Amino acid sequence: MIDVLYFAWVRERIGLPSEKVETGAQTVADLVAELSAREERYAAAFADTSALRVALDQELSDFDASLADVREVAFFPPMTGG
Amino acid sequence: MTVRVQPDVFDPGAELTGFSTRRGDVGAIVSFTGVVRDDTGDLERLEIEHYPAMTKQAIGAMVDKAVARWALKDALVIHRYGALEPGEVIMMVATAARHRKDAFAAADFLMDFLKSRAPFWKKEITRRGASWVEAKEADEDALSRWD
Repeated sequence: MIDVLYFAWVRERIGLPSEKVETGAQTVADLVAELSAREERYAAAFADTSALRVALDQELSDFDASLADVREVAFFPPMTGG
Repeated sequence: MTVRVQPDVFDPGAELTGFSTRRGDVGAIVSFTGVVRDDTGDLERLEIEHYPAMTKQAIGAMVDKAVARWALKDALVIHRYGALEPGEVIMMVATAARHRKDAFAAADFLMDFLKSRAPFWKKEITRRGASWVEAKEADEDALSRWD
């Protein structure tokens, strides 16, 4: 079981801020494919992953990264702080 | 080193007055204050979302890098989230070093990294609707000069 978090327009498009996901996905890309296959709203949010960023256990990572021992995955658009 | 992430209004002047003075080993203090700007005249407010579990540690990691690279004596980052109206202070950065060039460079570095590596997202609420602020390529390019 893994905690999946969504922020900004990813959160709005998927319609939730977070959820627990039972998954056997090996990598972030596998998880994205699994979620996208679920429902149209996920497919829409993940249509272009080059427009997205991912953090694993609160550290920026990338879509090829392994999910081994990861407890929290967060998806969001490029950050706009400052 | 101080990092604060908060919804509350703060007074950048008061923060600066209390920052790193009266210690003797600091010769230069630089500060930057970010303010909500309304370019079109119809901005009602900004709504700033963040990733609470990640924000402080991400900023802390940037501050640690700046401290090591420019031998800072102290650093302060305050960043707000929630609803902010035009003219309100969003955030501030202050750096203290022995010399001004280090203090300026470190503040510039921290601003570049806060823009595109701290987990904040801005949404503009105008009289015509709401839209997420998009990251600019120039902001991403700005990071590469610190490599």
